[in-house]
Amino acid sequence: MSGPNKQYDPVEVAALDPAVVEQAVNDAREAIAAAADLDELKAARLAHQGEKSALALANREIGALPPSAKAEAGKRVGHARGQVSQALAARQAELEAERDERILVDETVDVTVRVPRRPMGARHPISLVSERVEDIFVSMGWEIAEGPEVESEWLTFDALNIPADHPARQEQDTFFVEPAGSGLVLRTHTSPVQVRTMLDRQPPIYILCPGKVFRTDDLDATHSPVFHQFEGLVVDEGITMAHLKGTLDAFVQRMFGEGIVTRLRPNYFPFTEPSAEIDCRCWICGGSGSLDGEKCRTCGGTGWIELGGSGMVNQRVLRAAGVDTDRYTGFAFGLGIERSLMLRHNVADMRDIVEGDVRFSQQFGMEI
Amino acid sequence: MQAPVSWLRELADVPADATGEDIAAALVRVGLEEEGLHGGDISGPLVVGRVLSVEPEPQKNGKTINWCTVDVGEHGQRVTEGKAQEIVCGAHNFKAGDLVVCVLPGGVLPGGFEISARKTYGHVSNGMICSQAELGLGDDHSGIIVLAELLGEEAAAALTPGDDAIALLGLADEVIEVNVTPDRGYCFSMRGIAREYALSTGVGFRDPADLATPEPNDTGYAVQLTDTSPLEGVAGCDRYVARVVRGVDVTASSPGWMQKRLTQVGMRPISLAVDVTNYVMMLLGQPLHAFDLDTLSGSVGTRRARPGEKLTTLDDVVRPLDPEDLLIVDGADTPLAIAGVMGGATSEVSGTTTNVLIEAAHFDPITVARSSRRHRLTTEASKRFERGVDHAVAAAAAQLAVDLLVEHGGGTADPGVSDVDHRVPAEAFDFDTRLPTRYVGLEYPRDEVLGTLRAIGCDVAEAGAAEGRADHVSVLPPSWRPDLTNGPELVEEVARVRGYDQIPSVLPQPKAAGRGLTHGQRVRRVIATTLAHQGLVEVLSYPFVAPSVFDRLGLGADDERRHVVTLVNPLSDEAPVMRTSVLDTLLDTLRRNVARGSRDVAVYEIGLVTRAAQDPTSAPVPGIEQRPDDATLAAILGAVPRQPRHAAYAAAGEVEHGGPWGPGRKADTSDAVAWALAVGRSVGLGLVVTSVVRAPWHPGRCAQLALTDGTVVGHAGELHPKVTTALDLPARTVAGELDVDVLVAATGAPLAASTLSTYPLAHTDVALVVEESVPAAAVEAALREGAGESLESLTLFDVYRGEQVGAGQKSLAYRLTFRATDRTLTTDEVSALRDQAVAAAAARTGATQR
Repeated sequence: MSGPNKQYDPVEVAALDPAVVEQAVNDAREAIAAAADLDELKAARLAHQGEKSALALANREIGALPPSAKAEAGKRVGHARGQVSQALAARQAELEAERDERILVDETVDVTVRVPRRPMGARHPISLVSERVEDIFVSMGWEIAEGPEVESEWLTFDALNIPADHPARQEQDTFFVEPAGSGLVLRTHTSPVQVRTMLDRQPPIYILCPGKVFRTDDLDATHSPVFHQFEGLVVDEGITMAHLKGTLDAFVQRMFGEGIVTRLRPNYFPFTEPSAEIDCRCWICGGSGSLDGEKCRTCGGTGWIELGGSGMVNQRVLRAAGVDTDRYTGFAFGLGIERSLMLRHNVADMRDIVEGDVRFSQQFGMEI
Repeated sequence: MQAPVSWLRELADVPADATGEDIAAALVRVGLEEEGLHGGDISGPLVVGRVLSVEPEPQKNGKTINWCTVDVGEHGQRVTEGKAQEIVCGAHNFKAGDLVVCVLPGGVLPGGFEISARKTYGHVSNGMICSQAELGLGDDHSGIIVLAELLGEEAAAALTPGDDAIALLGLADEVIEVNVTPDRGYCFSMRGIAREYALSTGVGFRDPADLATPEPNDTGYAVQLTDTSPLEGVAGCDRYVARVVRGVDVTASSPGWMQKRLTQVGMRPISLAVDVTNYVMMLLGQPLHAFDLDTLSGSVGTRRARPGEKLTTLDDVVRPLDPEDLLIVDGADTPLAIAGVMGGATSEVSGTTTNVLIEAAHFDPITVARSSRRHRLTTEASKRFERGVDHAVAAAAAQLAVDLLVEHGGGTADPGVSDVDHRVPAEAFDFDTRLPTRYVGLEYPRDEVLGTLRAIGCDVAEAGAAEGRADHVSVLPPSWRPDLTNGPELVEEVARVRGYDQIPSVLPQPKAAGRGLTHGQRVRRVIATTLAHQGLVEVLSYPFVAPSVFDRLGLGADDERRHVVTLVNPLSDEAPVMRTSVLDTLLDTLRRNVARGSRDVAVYEIGLVTRAAQDPTSAPVPGIEQRPDDATLAAILGAVPRQPRHAAYAAAGEVEHGGPWGPGRKADTSDAVAWALAVGRSVGLGLVVTSVVRAPWHPGRCAQLALTDGTVVGHAGELHPKVTTALDLPARTVAGELDVDVLVAATGAPLAASTLSTYPLAHTDVALVVEESVPAAAVEAALREGAGESLESLTLFDVYRGEQVGAGQKSLAYRLTFRATDRTLTTDEVSALRDQAVAAAAARTGATQR
């Protein structure tokens, strides 16, 4: 290392010559700019900022200058070194950004490769439709009531005003439980739950009874010996058929779409009087009966879809359950869940619903 | 019931321009549901043809078709240029020479079915020989129409090939088919349909029963009505009209118009006597029976059958009779017929009959219903009697039948008229005229209510004006409406005549807010969703099984799951009992999915199972006049078998799929157990796992899941290899079944949350060597107890078996994490806690630290 230089004029020190300093800065800038990656930049940093770089050497010479010259030379060299540092930092940032970018590019994967590592589960659409229906009625302040599937004959038929010899009882195609005379059947409708509820507590009653029911039908595209329905029952003071209609209208709008209404037609059911068949305006053709110039297949061109039965609860039923018929009236209705599912989701064949093929449930997922 | 429009027009003033569709709509409005509209949608050429030749040609598909030539008169010439029409026909109930009905190219059959010359079975078929079903005349697909059979030889003889069959068969006339509900027996007649149409539209109605009938007298055929054991106190027969026509030519055909009408309403013309009784029944709703008078000895009457008695009915079936059956018997006490159901063979009108006795009676609906059901014999007569026949129409019906037999059979009516009438006069009942408004929610003025009641045929009298009950009237329903017995039934009449479409739509508002879903209903949804989130797919299965399934599942002889409820009339004799576990039927569903090509299947079902009581009681069937007393009600409810709700699942194949990332993983016991634990966790329960032996699981791979109090929730694991073999399931199928009701009962109380500590965690690992037979759960429980409250988690991260631990031993490696609620634990404290845990494990399970 050189000692202080007192004999020489600073201008004569070659390393401190402004042109030389400027040249060093230019050399450094050139090298930095030329660095193609962070390693080359590191080399450039060593060459132009390291201890043996021209500017480092120049800096060392300043100490040997007479005080009068120190200031100017120091300023010149300091400025030069600052420029080099700046250039280095800028290039460093540039190269790092490039490197980061390259890593992300290198990490590219084909996101279209499907990775079904764990199979997806699903609910059965009958459960989903049932829960949807339950939620609609719960939101209206109703409650959900349930009961057994192997049920007493009295609750299934007699208490519903379907006496043993009545033709309506024969129409129900009932499964009977052994031994003959056990007084037990597989319920043919969820109505016994209504009777159980009325026996259990006083009105007001606003309940929905969803569940599995049984009839001795053979399985085909539109029938199943085991199917699901939901029945509604309201018993309160001042209940009328208008309330029945209002409830059904509210339900079909929430289930099948805004603007859908119901139509009641006279019919006969032993447990209701007056009784009504429920039709619902076809939501596919909007009630026109035709679709793109052809007969609407959902409603068969009638503009209406048959949904189920309903009516004012027969006084005999109320009395059998101990309800005061002078004070209370009630309405009831029953609709099929399979039918709702088939209509709402265009399911063509009942067998797809009941056979337990996982592919059927998997189409629907967890919400319907 | 099928109602031809032309017939309806005779009975009601149907507007000239009303179409079948308009009439059907009017009937729907008052409660007669339209089942179909037939006829009127056929266009020709539909002609009479004479079969010239029939050449049977066996086909490769096993069928034999007939290659026929048919003379269709002038119509054939257009198509086959002078030759007879060549037609392929699949039916075999005809022969050369028969007159048949042919639809020729260009014709259109019901349903828009257009006919053209078509190549089939190697021939060009120029049209089709038609069956009744193809022409919309009924459901008879069994063969083609042979006109001599359909119309009778005589009528057929008058036909010429080429005659228009549309007019001949009345096919241009529309026929409305309506569904008659069980309360409207009177609508099983043109009289009833016409009355309903008139009621719906307000047009005039002409009652066909409104005809002159002679007064009953003593010179008629003797009638003896007895009934020593009436059902429910109602005599089996309360009216019996008998009329005699002598010298009838029973071989005469019934007139063409009658045959046409019978065909239109779906009945086959048979013979004059039968056609006349059927025609009158279709017109008036009164079933009639025609006896060969000369086969009877002295009188006719009724009595209940005697034990052991038999009767051969018209259909040639020997029927053992039941003492509840009401019989028609003659003077020699010989059974002639099951009253209101079917006649007997011996007294049937035959080809040699000359003297006919016409029966027009009124039988008790319950008596007829039971006999019909007992003998599995539903006839046109039983259908009507069961639903109620107008008891006032018997005399008119008999008169009409007599008139028709005289007119078309050349007979002479006896002057004697028997009419034994034991009818109990109907009683009027009180009716509050405000009831319709109260029930329907629409204002029905008093005048309208009374007007409607009178329009449907009721006698209405002021009842309570004197007692200040001016709103009340006394109503006597008409004889054809036995279904009208109380106020609400009259409300329906008032409502349907104004129209149900007038009823407003008002949403009722419960005065008190509902409770929402119950805890049990919410828990069930959570469990269902949890299982789906585990990758299982919810399915449904029928709950019917074969008793042998319990053997295939390996259940012990005294297993409670063998306590079955059996069906009297199962869908299939192979599956007559109700499942006692969901797995009984779910495993079938799993197999079906595998059979359909799904290799990796994981399914679940939540549903009821039925467990018969050890000593089943029968459920009483009390009356319904009032609420049953508490004891009866308890007996009804107590007879219903226990039906707990279970959740079951089963899986075969991979639960984690292989792929570019590596191999897949097959479902194993740990999955079955994990799913059960997930169900428990989803409702906030930590289920206790112990190893048990239980069918249908592998004895070494079955976990019992229990509540901390020991209540068993269910079981999970791998199925026994014998079970998978017996049920034809993939090897290593895993399954579980949990009692949802137990989970519901164990939850519901609000859970008390523990405070979360934010002090640092301390980890420490231990490896414990235990006997192979020691369950991991026991080691874990001991560690937990020894470690105390500061233990935050405990995880088994390795199980090692091998030389280093010795034969019959295993090493379980656990990671314990500790965290105190109030401070940072020191290293020494953590070591001390770990040592306590290890000591507890050593004491309880014989574990030694490795």
